[in-house]
Amino acid sequence: MSKGIKIALIGNPNTGKSTLFNALTGLKQKTGNFPGVTIEKSTGHFTLEDGTIVEITDLPGSYSLFPKSLDETIPFKVLIDPAHPQRPDLVLFIADASNLKRNLVLLSQLIDLKVPIILALNMIDQAKAKGVQIDITCMEEKFGMPIVPISARKNIGIDNLLHQISLGGKVSAQSFTFDGQTEIEDLRLLQTSLGVTTRYNALLHLHHGFTNKTTKPDHKAALDKFRSNNLFDSGTRQRDDLLNRYKLISAILSGCIKEADTSAFKRRQEKIDAILTHKFWGYIIFFAVLFLIFQSLFSLADYPMKAIIASFNWLSERLEQAIPGGALNDLVSNGILPGLSGILVFIPQIAFLSMFIAIMEDTGYLARVAFIMDRTMRRFGLNGKSVVPLISGTACAVPAIMATRNIENRKSRLITILVTPLMSCSARLPVYILLVGLAVPNRTVLGIFNLQGLALMGLYVLGFVAAIAAATVFKILIKSKIKQYFILELPVYRLPNLNTVAITVVNKVKAFLFQAGKIIVAISIILWFLASYGPPGAFRKVEEKYAAIKPVDEAQKHSLALSEKTEKLQNSFAGDLGKAIEPVIRPLGFDWKIGIALITSFAAREVFVGTISTLYGLEGEGSDFNQLRANMLKSRDPVTHRKIYSFATIVSLLIFYAFAMQCMSTLAVTYKETASLKWTMVQLFYMTGAAYVFSLLIYQLLPVATRLF
Amino acid sequence: MILNKIQDFLTLDMLKSGGKAIIMEILDTNISIKLIEMGCLPGETVLVRMTAIGKDPIAIEVSGNLIALRRSEARSIRVKPVDE
Repeated sequence: MSKGIKIALIGNPNTGKSTLFNALTGLKQKTGNFPGVTIEKSTGHFTLEDGTIVEITDLPGSYSLFPKSLDETIPFKVLIDPAHPQRPDLVLFIADASNLKRNLVLLSQLIDLKVPIILALNMIDQAKAKGVQIDITCMEEKFGMPIVPISARKNIGIDNLLHQISLGGKVSAQSFTFDGQTEIEDLRLLQTSLGVTTRYNALLHLHHGFTNKTTKPDHKAALDKFRSNNLFDSGTRQRDDLLNRYKLISAILSGCIKEADTSAFKRRQEKIDAILTHKFWGYIIFFAVLFLIFQSLFSLADYPMKAIIASFNWLSERLEQAIPGGALNDLVSNGILPGLSGILVFIPQIAFLSMFIAIMEDTGYLARVAFIMDRTMRRFGLNGKSVVPLISGTACAVPAIMATRNIENRKSRLITILVTPLMSCSARLPVYILLVGLAVPNRTVLGIFNLQGLALMGLYVLGFVAAIAAATVFKILIKSKIKQYFILELPVYRLPNLNTVAITVVNKVKAFLFQAGKIIVAISIILWFLASYGPPGAFRKVEEKYAAIKPVDEAQKHSLALSEKTEKLQNSFAGDLGKAIEPVIRPLGFDWKIGIALITSFAAREVFVGTISTLYGLEGEGSDFNQLRANMLKSRDPVTHRKIYSFATIVSLLIFYAFAMQCMSTLAVTYKETASLKWTMVQLFYMTGAAYVFSLLIYQLLPVATRLF
Repeated sequence: MILNKIQDFLTLDMLKSGGKAIIMEILDTNISIKLIEMGCLPGETVLVRMTAIGKDPIAIEVSGNLIALRRSEARSIRVKPVDE
């Protein structure tokens, strides 16, 4: 049994933290959430030469230990809470070698917590290329800890870093704590009553205390006493603390570092910015990039998606033949396998989208997109970074919601998650095509426009308008305690690191498979059960009826099997549910058959088409739309003898599919990303509620309106 | 005299693209903490590198970092222009 140690990887954003993390751990990574918060936690493992197993946690990039967003409370909590599962034995601090002054402010705070640290100066190659000269020995002396120059991208200095890790780092003797002479005694007292090791730790408790629900009552009393005795103003203190650190660090650095003239480097960067953030070309380029992403989500991802569906169909047919008929066979081939395929089918789109976003982020372009789009998105409570998720939502809301991780601003991120499913996703497309074909004539207007195409485009516009409108409402409704601002670093442009991109893609896919996947399979099995079983009496009658008929030939046998399937679905629990909800959906113009389709649609919206096909006695999805449309148009209400698929019903149904939240995969991902049942339910009910209200209005008012005009 | 007084109230959002200034103080404490952390602190020289459509947000270069911020946030940074 070899011993293990825990390391925390800490540093400013854009210092190559994830690159180093990937370089150290490769694919031996796990992602999850920090306890109680939705911040993604990545942990990984690697082994040192002496056999020590190192567990490393990649903490969210942060500029200081003062909390401004939820992400930034984590490094602090991990470091000071002795009971925290990720509490490290050693801090690996990563800093951008070309930007030390700012980077080392956070380091100086860690020094004051008296934890063992190793400082890795990343991108040392670039700093050298710019002409920055760093005297490592001088720095080691002044900061009192081992310092390793590295380049995580080029794998330079990693061996040396591993060696230093095995030596365990060092607790620096330096102090950067800034506190008035009069209160040092008070602070010492506080330190004792809190039972913490340093004065700075006690000070940080004073800054964080109000957010910490787990603070013990006697600790709380001690904190309150200090606050009132010393007129503790957290804001000014934080500011003065930071300014003091800058002063001390500048003084140290000026002795150890020779800055270089970086104007040539800067000019190149400026030239790229002049194009990518240009007031005209910047937008053209951005929309071209979006078009590329959109295209690949629709077309490129289509091939692997079709292959996945085909192989699952093949597999379920094989299984149906291989294992004896009955409930188990049916459960596997019609319940579990479709559920699994329903998850796997998302993988190509998730992989493509996370690849594009990882590249955009790694190169520094994503921050520029946020910069040029912020003004427009701000009006709707969103921010510049909401654009990519929203647009991706037109392919599929699942990867789109996963892409909101980049939005640091919690309120904007939540709003983006809530409204993204209103964008018309590709699963709605088959439903739209079927229904638009029923209601809108296939005619060309104004010479070039296909009327059906226009209607389809209208539905996409409707989705977008609805998303923006919903965002505006949420902007007013959602209150946020943390002040919302948009202060964003625009990182230096770099070529994307393919290794980092690949690992990000693999991790995103893994996270989706194992976290959202479970829920999707579970719900698929429930839906399968509802659709293939019914109350015993009615179900047996159907079975007996068909068992009694002896088919004369193959053709009749086939058609009998089909109509048995239809009758079984009608008499299943799902059928009963459809009939049960009929009074509720009647005012929208829907009958119980549509009700069944609405229920099965919860597996995925496109299931609507398959269910309707079965209900109208046609073979599953493979059947042709024209025959299905003809059957649908023939159907009439058994009581009133009115056409079921009147124009008003079809429009109402289209509106319903545009707005309603009928996708368990999306709900599963929303739940995973928000870690909140409340917001998942808000999403389910606001969307479905809006769908109901607008479909009701359309169905009730459309006939009146057509009579008037 | 009057000119001096106007200069006292010059804030970062008033600077044109390409304008250079020295940061005097950051009026909003909360925003100041975030800005200081990112390297935007009193005494540093700031250059307005570019602006988005409608001059909002703006991107400033300060102590070697490029930082984007909204105009409303730039309004809380009091500056003294530098002539080159």
